[in-house]
Amino acid sequence: MATVYERKTGVFQIVMLLLFAFVILVTLLPILNILALSFSEKDAILTGRVGLLPIGFNVDAYRMVFNDASMIRAFTFSLFLMALQLVLSMAATILGAYPLSKAALPGRRALMIVIIITMYFSAGVIPSYILYKDLKLLNTIWVLLAPSLISAFNLIILRTFFSSINISLYEAAYMDGCSEFRALWAITLPLSKAAIMTLSMFYAVERWNTVSDIILFIQEPKLYTLQYKLKLMLDVISIPHEAGVVTTITPENFKSACIVFTMIPMLIIYPFVQKYFRDGVMIGSVKG
Amino acid sequence: MKKRGNHSTLARATMRRHISLYVMLIIPMAYFLLFKYAPMYGIAAAFKDYNIFLGLKGSPWVGLKHFARVFSTPSFFIALRNTIILNLGDLFFTFPVPIILAILLGEFKFKRFGRNVERIMYLPHFLSMVIIAGIVYQVFAPTGVLNVIWATIGGGQPIPFLTKPGTWRITYWVASIWMGAGYGMIIYLAAMSGINRELYDAAYIDGAGRFGRIWHVTLPQLRPTIVTMVIMNVGKILSIGFERPFLLSNVLVDDASLVISVYVYRMGLQAGMYDYATAVGIFQSVVGLVMVLLANALAKKLGEEGLF
Repeated sequence: MATVYERKTGVFQIVMLLLFAFVILVTLLPILNILALSFSEKDAILTGRVGLLPIGFNVDAYRMVFNDASMIRAFTFSLFLMALQLVLSMAATILGAYPLSKAALPGRRALMIVIIITMYFSAGVIPSYILYKDLKLLNTIWVLLAPSLISAFNLIILRTFFSSINISLYEAAYMDGCSEFRALWAITLPLSKAAIMTLSMFYAVERWNTVSDIILFIQEPKLYTLQYKLKLMLDVISIPHEAGVVTTITPENFKSACIVFTMIPMLIIYPFVQKYFRDGVMIGSVKG
Repeated sequence: MKKRGNHSTLARATMRRHISLYVMLIIPMAYFLLFKYAPMYGIAAAFKDYNIFLGLKGSPWVGLKHFARVFSTPSFFIALRNTIILNLGDLFFTFPVPIILAILLGEFKFKRFGRNVERIMYLPHFLSMVIIAGIVYQVFAPTGVLNVIWATIGGGQPIPFLTKPGTWRITYWVASIWMGAGYGMIIYLAAMSGINRELYDAAYIDGAGRFGRIWHVTLPQLRPTIVTMVIMNVGKILSIGFERPFLLSNVLVDDASLVISVYVYRMGLQAGMYDYATAVGIFQSVVGLVMVLLANALAKKLGEEGLF
């Protein structure tokens, strides 16, 4: 369909170009500033001269981060937790979404309502806390995995996606005596790779970034995630240093290095996941 | 006779398939029942004098005592006020930004550049609240880059973004916009991609300029989406995430940053008043539900579609 009007490169478009360049700058400026601070020399930071680019080149703050065994431990634990959550959540979400995508399944509507209600009404933090206490989940790794096993939002996205698969594909397979488990494995999953990638990313990012469940339900330092370690680091005003040794870094320097260290995994996967991200959210927002 | 036999074989096969579908649903439904519905029994704590040693069953009923206490505690009203102020600010300042940016992106001629703007704007959504709070505390600090710019353009004294309750609210909203504008845009971009191009062509033939097109085509087409989002935001006026206010706050701005979610955490988990904190939580959920229903009814009265 050809459009009658053409957008001309007029004053308006130039103004917009400048506006969006400004938006990009505003979005990236804080991140670039943190990067610059993490690499800058002490004096430049103390005199407030660091902007978008590092002044000098100082990796002592990073040396300190990498020498902190508890930081590295929290990093590997967070990766492990993220991988475990991703696998468990995707398995559970697929097992929920597949049957609920079958229009012929009796009781499907009622089950959907049971799920949708949980999106609008929750018992609250304290009743959940009491439940986890009764189930002896507090201070275990399970309190970080089980309560966030399935996101109703993600389940509905996946169900919508599964429903869009042509039903005749299934009918042919059923004729040949194919079971539902086999159909899910051989028909549905291969056709849903993009949706599964998107939701895996949602679960992984959510687990990697969430910190409230550590604050609420965990006291055991072995179960601190990297995000929580970062919070502890940022809460401290001074930085540890040996007496008599002249320090080459400032708290800003050290904190910025901690922030960058914590950001690295997201910055690495971001270019790969962002293309799935928009489409995933769109399926959820339009049809959910 | 033969046909009937076929039919019942088919029915049996269908039933077998349905049984395996229900088997698949065991784990997911058990999850929802255990982690979303079972905690609702804990709501009873608000109507009891909850004692950890007696447990929920053994603790004595006290009726509405804790609700009476909640409504006679000044700090509860501070939390209530702050929650409403921060959410109203989000509704007035944060909410329109993604709508405006999405509409402008739609009018933008340089599509490739526009896609890159989108990509970059999604980035903060992938950063954790701890990271964002860390960045905010560096950038908004008295010696941070914002105050350095402020001093360079002759602003004088550094702005106390993080230490004065009033200005801290601005910091909170700016952080909201920074972290959420990109993500917020997606839903409007999705709605805009569904607008029939012929409407724009018709508007053009009728002599509409750029702003005429936005005013007479884009905005009316976006209206159901915007109304839905407003209803959802009004419904959430009392519910506020825990991480954002908790991690962005500090002792100096407690008067502005103490919100209901943080209050529940302090009263419940830190002070051990589970019953009292549960009562606060129930107040929040019930008012939230009422607000959503009211906003929805109002939207319908105004001729909009509404949520349900």
